[in-house]
Amino acid sequence: MLKPQDRVFQNLHGQDDAFLEGARKRGSWSNTKEILSKEQNEVIELVKSSQLRGRGGAGFSTGLKWSFMPKDTGKQHYLVVNADESEPGTCKDREIIRNDPHMLIEGCLIASYAIQATKCYIYIRGEYHYEYLQLEKAIQEAYDKNLIGKNACGSGFDFDLYVHRGAGAYICGEETALLESLEGKKGQPRLKPPFPAGVGLYGMPTTINNVESIAVVPTILRRGPDWFKSIGKENNTGTKIFCISGNVNNPCTVEEEMGIPLKELIEKHAGGVEGGWNNLKAIIPGGSSTPMLAKDVCETVLMNFDDLRANGSGLGTAGVIVVNKDNNITEVIERFAHFYKHESCGQCTPCREGTGWMFRMMQKLVRGEISPEQIELLENVTKQVEGHTICALGDAAAWPIQGLIKNFKSELIKNYKKKLKAS
Amino acid sequence: MSGNHPGLSNTFIHSGEKFEWSKENLQSIKKIISRYPSERKQSAVMPLLYLAQEQNDNWISIECIETIAETLSMPKIRVTEVASFYSMYNTQPVGKNLIQVCRTSPCWLRGSNKITDTICKETKCQINETSEDNLFTVVEVECLGACSNGPMIQINNDFYEDLDETSTKQIIDNIKNDLPNKVGSQKGRRSSENA
Amino acid sequence: MSEENLINIKINHKDLQVDKNLTVMQACEIAGEEIPRFCYHDKLSIAGNCRMCLVEIEKAPKLASSCTMPLMDGMSIITNSEKVKAGRKGVMEFLLINHPLDCPICDQGGECDLQDQAMYYGFDKSRYSENKRAVENKNMGPLVNTIMTRCIHCTRCVRFATEVAGVPEIGMLGRGENAEITTYLEKSITSELSGNVIDLCPVGALTSKPYQFKARPWELKRTDSIDIFDSVGSNIRIDSRAQEILRVTPRVNESINEEWITDKVRFNYDGYYQQRIDKPYIKKSSKLEPSSWSDAIKILKSKLKNSNPLALVGEHTDLETGFAIQKFMSHFGKDNIECRTDNQSILPILDSYRFNTPIVNIEDADLVILCGTNPKIESPIINHKIFKSYNSGAEVFNIGDDILLNYPTHYLGESLSELNNDLLKKHLKKATNPILIIGSGFLNQLNSNDTIKSLFSFASKNKIISDGKNNLNFLSPYASRVGQLLLGNTSPDNCQPYTKLKKKSFDTILSFGSEHIADSAFKESFKVYFGHHGDEGAMSADIVLPTPLYTEKNGIFINIEGRPQEAKKCHNPIGEAKEEWKILKELSNQLSLNFEINTFDELRQDLSHNYPNLVNFHEIIISSNKYEDQSNISFEGSSCIYPIQNFYMSDIISKNSKTMAKCVEDILSKPLLEKSA
Repeated sequence: MLKPQDRVFQNLHGQDDAFLEGARKRGSWSNTKEILSKEQNEVIELVKSSQLRGRGGAGFSTGLKWSFMPKDTGKQHYLVVNADESEPGTCKDREIIRNDPHMLIEGCLIASYAIQATKCYIYIRGEYHYEYLQLEKAIQEAYDKNLIGKNACGSGFDFDLYVHRGAGAYICGEETALLESLEGKKGQPRLKPPFPAGVGLYGMPTTINNVESIAVVPTILRRGPDWFKSIGKENNTGTKIFCISGNVNNPCTVEEEMGIPLKELIEKHAGGVEGGWNNLKAIIPGGSSTPMLAKDVCETVLMNFDDLRANGSGLGTAGVIVVNKDNNITEVIERFAHFYKHESCGQCTPCREGTGWMFRMMQKLVRGEISPEQIELLENVTKQVEGHTICALGDAAAWPIQGLIKNFKSELIKNYKKKLKAS
Repeated sequence: MSGNHPGLSNTFIHSGEKFEWSKENLQSIKKIISRYPSERKQSAVMPLLYLAQEQNDNWISIECIETIAETLSMPKIRVTEVASFYSMYNTQPVGKNLIQVCRTSPCWLRGSNKITDTICKETKCQINETSEDNLFTVVEVECLGACSNGPMIQINNDFYEDLDETSTKQIIDNIKNDLPNKVGSQKGRRSSENA
Repeated sequence: MSEENLINIKINHKDLQVDKNLTVMQACEIAGEEIPRFCYHDKLSIAGNCRMCLVEIEKAPKLASSCTMPLMDGMSIITNSEKVKAGRKGVMEFLLINHPLDCPICDQGGECDLQDQAMYYGFDKSRYSENKRAVENKNMGPLVNTIMTRCIHCTRCVRFATEVAGVPEIGMLGRGENAEITTYLEKSITSELSGNVIDLCPVGALTSKPYQFKARPWELKRTDSIDIFDSVGSNIRIDSRAQEILRVTPRVNESINEEWITDKVRFNYDGYYQQRIDKPYIKKSSKLEPSSWSDAIKILKSKLKNSNPLALVGEHTDLETGFAIQKFMSHFGKDNIECRTDNQSILPILDSYRFNTPIVNIEDADLVILCGTNPKIESPIINHKIFKSYNSGAEVFNIGDDILLNYPTHYLGESLSELNNDLLKKHLKKATNPILIIGSGFLNQLNSNDTIKSLFSFASKNKIISDGKNNLNFLSPYASRVGQLLLGNTSPDNCQPYTKLKKKSFDTILSFGSEHIADSAFKESFKVYFGHHGDEGAMSADIVLPTPLYTEKNGIFINIEGRPQEAKKCHNPIGEAKEEWKILKELSNQLSLNFEINTFDELRQDLSHNYPNLVNFHEIIISSNKYEDQSNISFEGSSCIYPIQNFYMSDIISKNSKTMAKCVEDILSKPLLEKSA
């Protein structure tokens, strides 16, 4: 369990002042100039050695990502912060933005400095209107106190920070769709290669990071990578914000040690499963696109990248969705299928056509109208989508269904037979 | 479901009235455009769609599209594509209070269906309908990103969280009676802390 | 290809050395491996959205779309594994689940990419038991028919409109499975090249409105020919059945039209059969009455004996006809043939009346000056090339009227003397490959021989003519013009030749498709109209003789660059029409004049004997013209009058096309392009 003194996000729930005065009390902006006096490469190396992995879902090393940026190109480099938090089950960035925005702003400055970006855009999901206002207010404070802007913090580094609002499109959380959206187009993912580090926003070298990844950077640099590494395990280091939703007694978001046992997380912070642990059906551990874990796995699995992966799922965004036996697990997945159909950008064939097909079969599955052969067809269709699309939305739509079939196939068949008998 | 979510229709309609930027918005537009590289004015299309929607009773008419296209020197079809792609740009008129009920699994697991039913009953609207008095439009939407506070709804810009049938009915009643509502958790939580 | 650009790759385990700048798809094509595709098109930007071209790259976890994937040294590509086959099969199935099975009533049937590829790559039966999606059809104007349920969202049409036609009017609205292709508010496409979306559409979503339900591809006879409705000579394929042309589509010619043609040649063919002159007519008491060839020739014989005739050569006259006219007219004196009935100014050298920049090189220009020309209307293909140069950074300047084009221009003013404009000077100084286009708007108004000479001098001083490269271009919109001028079928005056001719008196006017026969100057003359369409020209004539259309005989046209090409016969002439040379031969016999030609082959042989460089098909005629440099550059302040106002009705054939009339009503009656970047 995370020790109170190791907590990075000290105002996660807005118990104190969200703005500059409060932020300063919590340590933000205390020695930013000193941090910015390090070589850019040194900053990257420090972040790399902290083993911070991206908090947006893919879990790629943040420092390594920064090191892919070309150096001294003479071009405008950009940092783009992905605050388009839209993965069902996920509501962590929201808390950072509305309750401790200066952590993010300071992170933007330092990260931008490291990748030689003098401009940064924060792309915030449109529905987060209040959060947007909080962020704008904090950015204005930072400009007013010359923490950002020309000669930011007296460092000699000129830095501009802007907020760009999304407008209701999950796909814009995909980094290249986000760039398209920022350029004033439909949020349709780009083809890779080229990768954003080479050809990103406006064709310029660009790094895209999640809010949480950027917001922890100042603390890592203040307390040192070794401190960060001391929390969690090798390659799964630091603290992590978990969002717990669904059938628990006290749904909440909480910062914990990376790798906390799932069961401990649920019991300690969320008041346990509704109806008791034995009433647990399954848990979706990392946002809607991660395959569900059956109860027996939930007993022991650790909430980090590698252990969840080893158990056939993933940490994703750490949006933990708990489903108990009072609810129809098939409908949970059917609703996700609807979600992906609804959010498919429509650009590439397998996703545009496949998400609709999968959803309609899932509807039938909820009603117990799908024969064992058709369940196989459904699984086959998910495989036809998976790995064949431009971006990962196709995979994200396929995995939850695959997880359902993997864990509950016999139950699905039983439902079908029951329904057949009844009619 | 009858009709479409007003934000996801591919059909655009004329309001029949000329759309011209308000003085304040002309000022804002200058500021907005300055955030993007000078040859990349198109980047401002999303903020301008918001401004237009705000000025135009919460929906985007063909007149709005054409004014934005002109302001940003963009082909009209490109503005139309953007407006139709993003669900938050209403291409059809909506009621004074656009109620969006989150229907995605985390909220559904905590009873979003009952919230939908309560809202439909209290507003006398089916999903995707606008009430006769134009006070409400009710839609179901996908995850709004407040999962630890589900079930939740969004009314215009504001989130109402930790709902049950009683608190939901109270919110609707308050709107009907022109009384203020407390935004956020209806169970007294500050945010999503364990309480 | 230089050595350093070569890399080693493997395709299906075979070693291959290819250019490193290719994509995986291009490399596979070199290796002879066919890669299926829908969205990829080599003239459009890469979209990568159909996912049909998936291949396996060894060591990569996922299949890759080959159209988007750059090559890397040592890459090993597999195109025939089970994984690849399964991937394509899956994509094919997704494309078909919402595609209607209406092939029997689809115009694309028999030449449909989806149909073909489904046969090779798809499942043999459907596993999809849900209802298919229905999409409402969209209006795109009088030319393009839409059946949007068939659309597979490849976005070729969107990219074509934006990138090639330069009219960003088509888009994909909505998202996910509700995404729909449409024009803005379902307005007609305002491009002169819009019909090309029909060829680009890989399915039957966008088809030809006029061709709807007319024929199946296997019933059609194909004839390769050329477009004679402007002067670039786009290569076309004409599909006919019996005595009727049912469809015109482009043939690829990378030197000229790439694979695009204008809407005029694609759709005006219904006009070929309207108002046709099908038999000889003789005017009796100011009314034309049907007659016979023998009667008509009899009258002509008597009129032409000891006569002083003038021959007017029309805009659709092929080289062989022009040559026959020349042969015939030589018996009556000299300076009695005129093709420049629009008063085009020339010098007696080829370079003063052709487009000296090869069409294929226009896109390399970094500065384009338009003088008295509206290329969008007069020559959409050349306009497309200018648009290409604009897209790669060229600045375009315009002198004449402030016309609206599909790319922004710097407007300098009305007068030719604006060539001395300071802004232009500044840009010319920086430019490395400027081109200057002088259109009929000015050329037809010039009064001084010195003006064209001045243009040459101006060009030499401004890098427009330099190092054996000549980028001073003269653009006449007429298909026959360069060829007829090369034959010398014009009077000797450089400027205002026709005005001067009209002041002389001719007792007989022989018009070969020229509507100028109706000019009041010829009120007193005896008038003979050789042609195929009865309009003002024919109505004014005393005798009307039916001749074939360009699709009803063989004939050479020399395009604006000076490139001889052949229009070929698709079917027999309508009614009693006779080729011009045969009529002239008959007349010669009657008048005991020498006309030693007996067959068309002999005519062409004689032509090639006399003008060997005019029959060297497909090669641009090389000129060795030298221009004297004039130290004194002066441009007269003439006005600008454009030769064509209405693209859809620029000639007598198009004027008779109902399809073209619909375009005028639907497209031109509404505001055309709107200014947008």
